[in-house]
Amino acid sequence: MRKSDAVKKHIAHLALAAGLAASVALYAIAPQLDDYAVNILMLAGINIILAVSLNLVNGHTGQFSLGHAGFMAAGAYTSSIITLSLAPVLASAPAWQAQVAFFAALLAGGLFASFCGFLVGVPSLRLRGDYLAIVTLGFGEIIRVVIQNTDALGGARGLEGIPPYTNLLWTFGIATVAIYVVASLVNSTYGRGFISVRDDEIAAEAMGINTTKYKVAAFVIGAFFAGLAGGLYAHFISYIAPEGFNFLKSVDVVVMVILGGMGSTPGVAAAAVLLTLMNELLRDFEQYRMIVFALLLIVLMIVRPQGLLGNFQRRKRKAPQP
Amino acid sequence: MLCGLFFSGCKKKDSAGNPDEIVIGEFASLTGATASFGQSAHKGVRMAVDEANANGGVLGKKLRLVTEDDQSKAGEAATVVRRMISREKPVAIIGEVASSRSLEAAPICQQNKIPMISPASTNPKVTETGDYIFRVCFIDPFQGAVLAKFMLQRGWKNAAILTDVKQDYAVGLTDFFKDYFTKNGGTIVSEQSYSSGDKDFKAQLTSIRSTNPEAILVAGYYNEAGLIASQARELDIKVPLLGGDGWDSPSLVEVAGDAMEGNFFSNHFSAEDKSPAVQDFLAKYKAKYLESPDAMSALAYDATMLLFDAMKRAGTTDSAALRDAIASTSGFPAVTGNITLDANRNASKSAVILQIQNGKFRFVETVAP
Repeated sequence: MRKSDAVKKHIAHLALAAGLAASVALYAIAPQLDDYAVNILMLAGINIILAVSLNLVNGHTGQFSLGHAGFMAAGAYTSSIITLSLAPVLASAPAWQAQVAFFAALLAGGLFASFCGFLVGVPSLRLRGDYLAIVTLGFGEIIRVVIQNTDALGGARGLEGIPPYTNLLWTFGIATVAIYVVASLVNSTYGRGFISVRDDEIAAEAMGINTTKYKVAAFVIGAFFAGLAGGLYAHFISYIAPEGFNFLKSVDVVVMVILGGMGSTPGVAAAAVLLTLMNELLRDFEQYRMIVFALLLIVLMIVRPQGLLGNFQRRKRKAPQP
Repeated sequence: MLCGLFFSGCKKKDSAGNPDEIVIGEFASLTGATASFGQSAHKGVRMAVDEANANGGVLGKKLRLVTEDDQSKAGEAATVVRRMISREKPVAIIGEVASSRSLEAAPICQQNKIPMISPASTNPKVTETGDYIFRVCFIDPFQGAVLAKFMLQRGWKNAAILTDVKQDYAVGLTDFFKDYFTKNGGTIVSEQSYSSGDKDFKAQLTSIRSTNPEAILVAGYYNEAGLIASQARELDIKVPLLGGDGWDSPSLVEVAGDAMEGNFFSNHFSAEDKSPAVQDFLAKYKAKYLESPDAMSALAYDATMLLFDAMKRAGTTDSAALRDAIASTSGFPAVTGNITLDANRNASKSAVILQIQNGKFRFVETVAP
């Protein structure tokens, strides 16, 4: 048991290193790719972060959240306000200083988003299932509406002219870290708590697990990465408006999680990439694209109701039980 | 990043595609929340391209229109514009109606030095992105001046204002209205506000009534304008109400019914305008699509025609020359009024005033800038 854990840890570290190396490689070959290819990669990376972080809440901890776009908005606006207010200074500063400031802004956005996650996590202690889904949905909408009515944040017109600092290194670097953190968290002794909350909350509580703490932790960590994803998105598109973080955006991420397999980090990351690519590959169908897209989703859910890699993970987890 | 741009910039010249055709890009919200805007705009662009091709194309070459759907979704506009630029190498791009999506695409077009003409994005920030970004509609502040001018022409020198403070559009409209109105001899006798979603406006209207205005500006969208009109009539306020293009919706009359009769609003275009440009466009549009055009299709048609005109004047589709030709557009005879592009690449053009009569929007007059 101990040995296999050590091996697992080793594998996790190797995967982290491999992921970071791949990010550097992608960054290095980016100049050879056309803008469109870079665009798809960037969106895929951002979607991976969103899906993997939501999976911690929805998949591993079993708390159905529909407010991920709200956390993304919190991070996007916080980091954009910081870089926009620093823009006059950074414009003449060397590139590395701008990148350091960008990273700090991203972190600030992530932290603010996780503070919002904490705020949602607290009421969620009393609620389960559908009720929680509605609370998180409401919270996401509150964030959006507050932004919409705040002049300093651009109101309904949005914020434009955000410096385009995001590159493939940042996106895939952070995506790798997100995967690493979530995967090693749920595979750790501490992280078993998340899964116990999902599998049977009452039993977990009876076994002395502080379910409250785990639920809040899931929201805070999930929101942190969603905030980072929001910051990356804002500094990639250069323009954000509250409408871009509406309920449908949250649903997009939920679809990735369900398609990938609730609670399977590799599955969810794969689904994020698959859905991003599918969206692009189906462009030739023009108006019928969303019909084809929906049909593919239906077929996939019929063929694999547990999600792409859902079953694979569960079997692995159950094997060492006896 | 910069290196990548340079690279794709080089490629553009190598693989210009078929030398006998000119590629025009268009991105629109063909599906999603604002699909009706996108579909209308697309029909306008399509018609302009087909018409030019029927007349032998532009610069002796056929035009090919490439249309991408952005699903009315944030983030999609940036993706489809990058796709279009990388794959199809358009010489210019038409889009979008919604300011938010134009703002996503504008930095990309600017970076790639591809002229972009927005048919109907009224947010002033859109063209501030850079010198390759243009628009053929008037911007929000302009309407304020138009409405003030119209009131003064009618001899209504005492006006009251009721503004939706939740909408930037309405606040901008009010500010510029006030500015023009007071500078040209008008007096604002009362200024009241409300928020989108309000249902009861009687307090504000009672206060306005006590000041005896000759006209009332209701700066906001059609939903509240309808309620305001009916409550104003209930309070026996008989003076006309005026609004901006935010009133342009069939629901305006549905909500208010008879209470809307006789009120005015400014718009981009009227199907009843007797000018030959408008009537000609109407006839062609109806023949092609078997339906009446709206302001979006007219603006999109104008944007595309203006682009072709600039190509002919430039004599080339080279991006810098084309940009300069578009920028120097002056007095271009368009469906939505004669278009002159100013130094900020915004259209300086006339607006139309419509009046609600028997539940229909009747053309009253054209107000020049």
